Amino acid sequence: MAENIGTLFQWLIFLGVAFISILASLLLVTRKNPIHSALFLVLNFLCVAVLYILLYSQFIAIIQVVVYAGAIVMLIVFVIMLLDLEVELRSGLKFSYTKLIGGFLALFFFLGIFYAVVAKSPTGKIGSSYTSENITNNVKAVGEVLFTQYLFPFEIVSILLVVAMVGAVILSKKRA
Amino acid sequence: MQLLYHLIEIIVKCVVVFGCLMLCVAYMTWLERKVLGHIQIRYGPNRCGPFGLLQPFSDGIKAFFKEDLIPGRADKVVFVLAPMIAIVTAISIFAVIPFGNQFTIPGTNWVVKLRLADIDIGLLYIFGLASIGEFGIVLGGWSSGNKYGLTGSLRAAAQMISYEVALGLSIIGVIILSQSLRLTEIVNLQAGGFWNWNVWYQPVAFILYIICGLAEINRTPFDMPEAESELACGFNIEYSSMKFALFFMAEYAHMITMAAVAVTLFWGGWQPPLPFLSFIPGVVWFCIKLFIFVFFFIWQRGTFPRLRYDQIMKFGWKILFPLTLVNLLITALVISLKG
Repeated sequence: MAENIGTLFQWLIFLGVAFISILASLLLVTRKNPIHSALFLVLNFLCVAVLYILLYSQFIAIIQVVVYAGAIVMLIVFVIMLLDLEVELRSGLKFSYTKLIGGFLALFFFLGIFYAVVAKSPTGKIGSSYTSENITNNVKAVGEVLFTQYLFPFEIVSILLVVAMVGAVILSKKRA
Repeated sequence: MQLLYHLIEIIVKCVVVFGCLMLCVAYMTWLERKVLGHIQIRYGPNRCGPFGLLQPFSDGIKAFFKEDLIPGRADKVVFVLAPMIAIVTAISIFAVIPFGNQFTIPGTNWVVKLRLADIDIGLLYIFGLASIGEFGIVLGGWSSGNKYGLTGSLRAAAQMISYEVALGLSIIGVIILSQSLRLTEIVNLQAGGFWNWNVWYQPVAFILYIICGLAEINRTPFDMPEAESELACGFNIEYSSMKFALFFMAEYAHMITMAAVAVTLFWGGWQPPLPFLSFIPGVVWFCIKLFIFVFFFIWQRGTFPRLRYDQIMKFGWKILFPLTLVNLLITALVISLKG
């Protein structure tokens, strides 16, 4: 009885969140005002976080909220506020090469996701999935795997981030 | 039937915590005005009820019946949404705070745990919601269509991002000590007397947490986003009536949450200071400790002048950030050397 109700609720939450997420992404690309787009981006990220929770991956879900919905979109909003919105709004729906390239990239990534869904294991390996039983040690499990099995990629990513940071400092220091 | 009881328990706990939090917020505004008044050799509110105790309610009624203005240049939807984001996140953070141990309802064997949600990622949940809450302030200033408001929200965004980094790093020492992000476990590890509290093992982290926390909730001396003397209230300049009251309540609720997290992480949560005092329920200890912190926040507001904006940013990035890193390194080193 209780399990049935639990499953039913999970399905209801999944359907609602998935629908809102798709709606938010559509609105994100169609809004004219960049701040509104950024807000729909936040909504989309939050929905994705809920989807992670439904997959019993609490840690990834909360990182999604802290890093993406919190920090990164906040930076985006910060930059948009400093821009002149009027110029942005007037440029409207004109054709530009950035849009063309962006469109192709979007299509490419969509095909990638589609392939990942259809082909069950693109890398030939199936990752361990979380269930409601082993959810309590989620953070510990992620940490252990990150610092043992995937230590090398982890360190490489950190170097990449340092390089990006140094690059940003140099760009902003450059005298025009 | 078990499921129904469970549901009832959750709902009752939510309502009680929400009610207590709102009452605390109401009386914190009274306490703040009273304490600040006495610091400045005034009386503070003393007209409404004995000692001005009914002042929060009269303020609430006033805010409710004032005219609700939305400026013509404002972005209406975002303008209405911003205070809601602020208050909802400020209240939701309280869901993971453990404010007491457990007790059994007399006559049954039903155990009630005195916390709303005991999740594995408790500490991260607090940071996640706090970072969402920043949107309330930033969007509130932006959507007003007012120069002062925009300046306030730009300052808020920059300041909060900067201090969030130091705030997050300052508590990693505690996480290393307790090897868990679950707030209940962090509290349980501090049991058995005040000498076991984390504040003795992480004194630098504790001070840094308090400083960064003050900056994060925009209290004096870091209240740059609303600096009255230069920005004429900053991000909430165009807000009136209930929307302003929501921002106001969000600020105080956030302050209580900051204090509650400080109590949980550094001052042993609901644990009594001496083992033989454990006959007094944990909730009482939690409230006493919470009150000490809240009083400190009010006291320091009456003591320190507001800093200049560039000083705040320099202080955050050049002093606090390196200090937190050094503290983290030393903690990790000691822990790894001990085994």
